Amino acid sequence: MTGPLIPMEIIPEAWNNVIALLLGMGFGFVLEASGFSSSRKIMGTFFGYDFVVLRVFFTAAITAMSGIIYFDFMGWMDASMLYINPYYVTSAIAGGVIMGFGFALGGFCPGTSFCGVAIGKFDAMFFSAGLFLGILLFSEMYPLFAGIYNSENLGDIKIYEMLGMKRNLFAFLLIVAAVGMFYGAAFVEKKVTKVEY
Amino acid sequence: MEHNKRDGSFYINPYLGGVLLGLVLFATYYVTGRGLGASGAVKSTVVTTVHTVAPQHAHNSGYYSQFLSDDISPMSNWLVFEVLGVLAGAFLSGTLYGRLKFKTEHSPKITGRRRLIAAAAGGMLFGIGSQFARGCTSGAALSGMAVLSASGIITMMAIFGSAYLFAWIFKKLWI
Repeated sequence: MTGPLIPMEIIPEAWNNVIALLLGMGFGFVLEASGFSSSRKIMGTFFGYDFVVLRVFFTAAITAMSGIIYFDFMGWMDASMLYINPYYVTSAIAGGVIMGFGFALGGFCPGTSFCGVAIGKFDAMFFSAGLFLGILLFSEMYPLFAGIYNSENLGDIKIYEMLGMKRNLFAFLLIVAAVGMFYGAAFVEKKVTKVEY
Repeated sequence: MEHNKRDGSFYINPYLGGVLLGLVLFATYYVTGRGLGASGAVKSTVVTTVHTVAPQHAHNSGYYSQFLSDDISPMSNWLVFEVLGVLAGAFLSGTLYGRLKFKTEHSPKITGRRRLIAAAAGGMLFGIGSQFARGCTSGAALSGMAVLSASGIITMMAIFGSAYLFAWIFKKLWI
């Protein structure tokens, strides 16, 4: 079956929500089982005492990327039909920096905070409530942000196009970089004093 | 020493976790043509709430109105069901490994109260940032990397880069 299945109308859209629930369960289970329901475990990546976030995140990214490239190459999936977030240069960078600030204060990102909520962490509940407020605030103040939000749209451009590289070469370099980071992380972890949490 | 798998201290191998998460993400792309997300579900909840409380205001707003359509409620959004799944999946894992417990996790250097205030402030900033970036760590950064989107990878670098800087500024909150 040539994917993506729902956009190709191989699976009817009525199944959408059931599939969403099942995929979400897989997502939540893996995040929690990896330790992402604990903010102090997550923050270990930034202080060098526990690189679980770096390992899980980059392993997941290169696994999914490789799967997509392989399926596309074999003709089992049309990768050109996959949704690509449009690149609004300033807004994407500003948003990332604001999120990084929030990360350092809150110790969660939205997905991991839901995992914390599910196992009873009050800090995760406060983070999630904050998320709601933040999005409400942004929406209410939108006229103020609309300029930045809508400026410099480069469309659904891919990183290798931006760099003028072939897709597979970039993907290969990304895997090499990830493996390099895994070795670097193991090295740093050995040097840094353990933190009990 | 072998850990008891049910006392809350056991976590799966991070590389195994990464491969499994990657497979879930890949399956999501293969089936739906889109990636995973998290902040989008909260956005849907905000839009629905505002639309219920003040429908006129929602329709007039330049932001909410982008996500409102006449026949489909924004709550019946794909991401809302996905996040309900996330809650269920995490609950399952927490049950299996003995981590279900009401508590506020914080560094011994700060009070629980301070941790909760910082968590709420962090969540608020994450909420604002995720709107600018059109997605959070899941929807923009992780899903974006899987399809090598420029937007996703730049946002990912901005999140982690600034988090490194800010984490050291707020070091006392953590270690």
